[in-house]
Amino acid sequence: MRELIRAAWVIGRRDYVATVFSKTFALFLIGPLLPLIFGGVFSIIGISGDSGPGPAPTVVAIADGDIARTLAAAHKRVEAPDSLRIEPPTGDLHAQTRRLLDGGDAAVLTGGLDRPQLTGASDALDHLTPDVGTLVDEARDLRALDAQGGAPTKVAVARRAVTAAAPPPRKQTGADTARTGQFVLVFLTMLLCGVLLSNLLEEKSNKVIEILAAAVPVDAIFLGKLVAMLAMSLTGIVCWSAIGVGLYELISHQGLWPQDFTLDTPAVGWPLFALLGVLYFSASYLLLGAVFLGIGAQAKSVREVQTLSMPITMGQLLVFAFASAGVGRPNGHTAIAATIFPWSSPFEMFARAAELPTLWPHLIGLAWQALWIAIAIRISSGLFRRSVLNSAPFVGRSVRT
Amino acid sequence: MNQSAPIAAPRTTTALAVEAHGLVKQYRDKRAVDGVDLAVPQGCIYGVLGPNGAGKSTLLRMLLGILDVDGGTRRLLGSDRPIRMAREVGYLPEERGLYPSMPAREAIAFMGALRGLGLHEGRARADDLLDRHGLGEAKHKPIRQLSKGMAQTVQLLGTIVHKPRLLVLDEPFSGLDALNQGRLEKLIRAQAEGGATILFSTHVIAHAERLCERIAIIAGGRIRFEGSVADARATLAQRVRLVTRATDGPWRAALPPDAAEEDGHWQFDLPDGGIEPLLSALIEGGAGIEQLSIERPGLHDAFIAIAGGAIGSEDIAEAKAIPEETGDA
Repeated sequence: MRELIRAAWVIGRRDYVATVFSKTFALFLIGPLLPLIFGGVFSIIGISGDSGPGPAPTVVAIADGDIARTLAAAHKRVEAPDSLRIEPPTGDLHAQTRRLLDGGDAAVLTGGLDRPQLTGASDALDHLTPDVGTLVDEARDLRALDAQGGAPTKVAVARRAVTAAAPPPRKQTGADTARTGQFVLVFLTMLLCGVLLSNLLEEKSNKVIEILAAAVPVDAIFLGKLVAMLAMSLTGIVCWSAIGVGLYELISHQGLWPQDFTLDTPAVGWPLFALLGVLYFSASYLLLGAVFLGIGAQAKSVREVQTLSMPITMGQLLVFAFASAGVGRPNGHTAIAATIFPWSSPFEMFARAAELPTLWPHLIGLAWQALWIAIAIRISSGLFRRSVLNSAPFVGRSVRT
Repeated sequence: MNQSAPIAAPRTTTALAVEAHGLVKQYRDKRAVDGVDLAVPQGCIYGVLGPNGAGKSTLLRMLLGILDVDGGTRRLLGSDRPIRMAREVGYLPEERGLYPSMPAREAIAFMGALRGLGLHEGRARADDLLDRHGLGEAKHKPIRQLSKGMAQTVQLLGTIVHKPRLLVLDEPFSGLDALNQGRLEKLIRAQAEGGATILFSTHVIAHAERLCERIAIIAGGRIRFEGSVADARATLAQRVRLVTRATDGPWRAALPPDAAEEDGHWQFDLPDGGIEPLLSALIEGGAGIEQLSIERPGLHDAFIAIAGGAIGSEDIAEAKAIPEETGDA
């Protein structure tokens, strides 16, 4: 066991240094940032574009009978305010007004045409009162005309400011955070497992694999490569996170970050969510990386690797779809099933961290995933070992001696 | 080319560095190695000779544990789990493999680290080895910037950096020019003189003849001969070459039945009774001996006779076509 770890360390260290201190690693770091930067810029532009005038605030007139009809006719003529709804009184006028305001309507007109009173938040009244005054004047004119020659008289609309009813708070389910977190996890896993596969193929093509196989246990080669690429991935994630935080700070300081472009705070809090993100990424990477390495080792050419990686990638997308189906109902059947299935478990558990604050399921989840990581590595390293030890060709030749 | 004679005095002990009994490797419908027995004494330079496709590399890979065996047993430095002895073994595969972007010094140190050598110690030894082999200036150059010969030397230095007790070299002369082949022969001798056991495969007989104390000739996956170079040569009778002034006469009756005339001279195996009775009969029969020589067959002839006899005439032609000195298949 000690020799296995020592040999894995030698191989892992070589792979890590060779990968991270290469020019291509810089390109690798920049690669995923480009779509993210472009996506972010376009999202901000889109959100900024959406932050223009929203739907017109609705004034509700509580009236019935002739007054209701006259108000409706007047509104047709003057078209002020922009949005008017007329409701009959339901009894307790005060309670009805309160309910309407709490429900999101901007102001409520009561008192008929003779003692009109507009109730609402003070800022809403500021810009609605003139329009409502115009409406009431027009309605009184119409009523006077209806009364055959009665001279219309002007009345002022009384204002009654009430404390603005807060809009009902949006329920913080964390579902958006969960989905975003899952997406980031899947994106990173897919990206970095592809790198792992390329690395293995390079090893086969430069014929070093035979030297390694002669010097150290094949399991150590497998483990070293897997862990090296995990370390490389975490290095990449740290770099991307640092760049992301830096960009966020820069944009925030410039006041360019849209106010409503935020995610709910995860149920477990951001620091723990980030820690769990790293753990679940590592778990998903090791689970998937083991499959990639095990199957990739069977391939003898780039073409074969591409052919093999396609179904694995499709499988990954299915796993992602499965895991995301559980978001929103973390204790539902789908979520539980996705938690049990090893390859979707990290994604589902990460989503759970965004939605529910309980921590003990994460301990169980991580233990369950660790068990499957051990199983996957064992099986895949067996495949890897068999492909190395039992094939005459090391570089896709036929039998040679 | 280094033309020095084989190491005369065997430095071998009775202990075996490599031991194999009935080794078998099967690839689908082809048996690449078919019941091979091998015994390589410690401290010996041992050559595995065979034509292309004979099973040499497969045999070496099985001995090292790179390939699983399908039958038989093997022991490497006393262990039946070859990977456990990896720290004591150096291996140069036929397919040379180095990381192209790795500097020469790091490549050697890495190969040492694989075999348990500390990285700092490996670097120090790599510097020393590179300096001693005229590659001091290439220390920090990535492998991709080195010539093929230099890269091959770097790989060989990586094979010995941890001072192995057993050195297994698969076609080590392949791809090297005459100058580098000579250097490699020298290096192999130096390792042997330092006490290491050398087991190498080749299809170029001249190297084996110069270097090896013992050889095994393998063909069709089987060992056809095992013993010293002298024993291999002794498998063929000595040849007599005779040139006479007379073209006919009673002396011709003294010639053995297998005598054949070729380009004005006679050739035949030395008779069992020795040269003296023949010589007397020729003189008495009036042959007018102009030239008579007894030629001792070389390892090349023995190899062709042994390996060729085993694999058929088509392969004999192939074996004959192997360039003796270049080492390239």
